[in-house]
Amino acid sequence: MNGRAGAFKSRSALWVGIIASGAALASILVTALYDNISTRKAEAREISFKVVDLDEKSLDPTLWAKNFPRQFDGFQRTVELTFTKYGGAGPDQKPISKLEEDPNLVTIFSGYAFSIDYNRRRGHAYMLTDQRITGRVTKAKQTGSCLHCHASNAVAFREVGVKRGAPGTLDESLTSAHGQAQLLEGLEGVSKMPFEEAAKLVDHPVGCLDCHDPKNMALRVTKPAFIRGIAALASGDGAVPHLPSIESWRKGDRSRPYDPNRDASRQEMRSMACGQCHVEYYCGPKATLFFPWNKGLKVEQIEAYYDEYKFPDGHRFFDWKHPKTGAEVLKAQHPEFETWSQSLHARSGVSCADCHMPYVREGAIKVSDHHVRSPLLNISRSCQTCHRFPEEQLKATVLTIQDRHHTLMLRAEDALVQLITAVEKARKSGADEAALAKVFEFQRKAQWRVDFINAENSMGFHAPQEAARVLAESIDYSLQGYVSLSALQQSASRPQPSTDKPGTLGRSTPGPPSPGSSSSLGKTVSLLQAPGG
Amino acid sequence: MRLLIVLASVSVGTLVGMGGFTFASAKGASYLSDDPAVCVNCHIMRDHYDGWRQGSHHAHATCNDCHLPHDNDVHKFFVKASNGYRHSKAFTLQNFAEPIRIVPSNSKVLEDNCLRCHAEMTDAITAHGTLGVAVTPAGKVDLYGCVRCHVDVGHGPRR
Repeated sequence: MNGRAGAFKSRSALWVGIIASGAALASILVTALYDNISTRKAEAREISFKVVDLDEKSLDPTLWAKNFPRQFDGFQRTVELTFTKYGGAGPDQKPISKLEEDPNLVTIFSGYAFSIDYNRRRGHAYMLTDQRITGRVTKAKQTGSCLHCHASNAVAFREVGVKRGAPGTLDESLTSAHGQAQLLEGLEGVSKMPFEEAAKLVDHPVGCLDCHDPKNMALRVTKPAFIRGIAALASGDGAVPHLPSIESWRKGDRSRPYDPNRDASRQEMRSMACGQCHVEYYCGPKATLFFPWNKGLKVEQIEAYYDEYKFPDGHRFFDWKHPKTGAEVLKAQHPEFETWSQSLHARSGVSCADCHMPYVREGAIKVSDHHVRSPLLNISRSCQTCHRFPEEQLKATVLTIQDRHHTLMLRAEDALVQLITAVEKARKSGADEAALAKVFEFQRKAQWRVDFINAENSMGFHAPQEAARVLAESIDYSLQGYVSLSALQQSASRPQPSTDKPGTLGRSTPGPPSPGSSSSLGKTVSLLQAPGG
Repeated sequence: MRLLIVLASVSVGTLVGMGGFTFASAKGASYLSDDPAVCVNCHIMRDHYDGWRQGSHHAHATCNDCHLPHDNDVHKFFVKASNGYRHSKAFTLQNFAEPIRIVPSNSKVLEDNCLRCHAEMTDAITAHGTLGVAVTPAGKVDLYGCVRCHVDVGHGPRR
C-alpha cells in the first residue's frame, strides 16, 4: 500500500511540476507577445522624435537626422552606386561617359561644353562633387546659377539677397514675404557670380531644408527659379490637367501670383519638390536663371517661348552656335517634370515620390523612402502597389518601352548627324549662313527634340507615346532640313533656279512634299535609313 | 508536495492573469465583432481602411461583408479564425511580403460576396462562365474576377 501511495504521490508531483513549468513557459511567451504588441502600438503613436530644434538656418542634414533617423537612413543611401540599363552611373566609381557610349553626341554638341564631358548621373549625394569636377566647369566658364540645384542653397541665396538689400532677416520663414524677396534677390545675385565664387557659399548637396519646412516638416518648395517658373506657367494658358491647384487658381481672381507653397495640394507637392530641379532651364551668363514655362510644359511650347525670347542684346534665344554648321541651337537639360506632365501616370494623380520615394513600413511606422532611386530597383513598392502583376512582367514592360525609345532615339541622332555633316560640307563648298537660314531652323528643331528625350532621365518611360512623338518629329525635321538643303543645292547648280521649290520645302510644319521634289526625297530617305539599324 | 501545488497554482494564475491582460490590451474581444475599425488595430490595413472610407461601397458594405463568407456561421468563423491566425503571426514576426496580396481562398470568398449582392445583374454574365472566376485552375489568384475591373469600388481610388 505504501509503495502504491508513494508512486501515486510522486506521479501527481510530476504532473504538478509539469503544469507549473508549462504555465511558467507559457507566461514567458505571453509576456513576449505583450512586449511585441506594446512595441507596435508605440511605433504607431510615435512617428517623430523631437530631439533638437530646427529652424530656417538648419542646413546640415545630420542635425535633422536626430529627429528623423528613418528618413535620414534612406537619404544617406543615395551614395550607393545604383544603376539600371539606361539610368545611373554604372557599377564603377567612375561614371559611364555618355559621349563614349554614344559618339553621335560629340557631333551634336560640337562647340558646346557637353561635348567635353557628359556622364551618366550618380545619386543625389554626388550632385555637388560631380558638379565641381565636371569638365564642363573646369574647362569652361560657368555661372553661379549651377548651385540653384547642385547644392542646398536656400540659406546661401537668402544671405546674398539680404546683402543686396532685400528686407528682413533669415530668422523669418522662407515662405514669408520677406523670405521670398530674399530668395529672389539672391537668385539675381548668385546668377551674376562666376561659379568658383558662388561655390564657396555652399557646403551640402540637396538637404532636408530644400523640400521641408523646419517647423512642421511639411513639404515646400524653396528654389526661386521654380517659384517664378510655376507662377509663369499658371499665368499662361498651357494645359495642366494634372495640376488641379493651378487650374483652380486660373479660375480665381488672380489677384496674387500662383504660389505652390500656398496653393498646391500635398500630392502635387510630392512632384513639385522634385520639379524644382528636374526640369528644363536656362542657366547661362546672358540672363538670370529661368524656367521656360510661360507657354506650357510641352516640347514645342517651350521651344515657342525660346523662339520669342530676346536676350538683353536683342538677339533671339539660343544656347550656342554650332561650329560645324553655324546654326544657333538649343540644349535641353533634364526635363523630367515636363515629360512626366504629359504622362498617363500624371493624369492619374501619381506623383514623382509615389514611384521614386515609395512608402515603406518599418514595424508599424510608415515612412516615405528617402533613398531616391529608379523604381526598377524597387518594383514591389513602386509599381505593385497599383499594378498587380508579377515583378518580372512589370520589369519587362518597362524595358520594352525603354528599348523602343532607345532605338528610335539613335535613329533620330543618326538623322541629325547626317544633316549636320551635309550642312558642314555645303559650308565648306561656299554656302553662306544667310542662304542656309531655313536649314538652320530645321537643325534647331530636330536637335532640340532629340536632345529633349536624350537628356531626360527615363529613356522615354516618363511619357512613352509623347517621347516617341517628339523623336518622330526630330527625325522629320532632320529629313526636312536635308531636303531643304539639297533643294538649295540643286537650284544653285542650275543656271535659272526655280523659286517656288525651296519655299515649299522650307515650311516649318510637316507636309507632303511637292511633286517636283519626290525624287530627292526618295534619295534622302534611303540615305537616312541606312545606318539606323 | 504542498509547495509544488502552490507553485503550480501561482504559475497557472500568472498565466491566466497575463494572458487575460495581453488579450485585453490587444483588444482581443473586438475581433469577434464586425466593426471595420478592428481591421486597423494592427496598422497594416490603414491604407485599405482609409481607402474604403472613400470608396463607393462605404455606405453599403463593411470589411466583413465582403471578406468573410455568409453561407453559415461555422464557415464564417472558420475563415475569420484562420485569417486572424495568419495575420497575427505575420505581424508579430514581421516576415511577410509587401505589398500585401489577397490569398486564393479569400479571393474566392470575396468573389462570392460580389455575386451574392449583385446576383440580379451578374447572373446574366456568369451564365456564360466567362466572368466571376476568382482563381485559376492551378489555385492561383486570377485577374478575371469582378475586382479586376471594379478595383476601386471597395477600397476607393488607389491614389
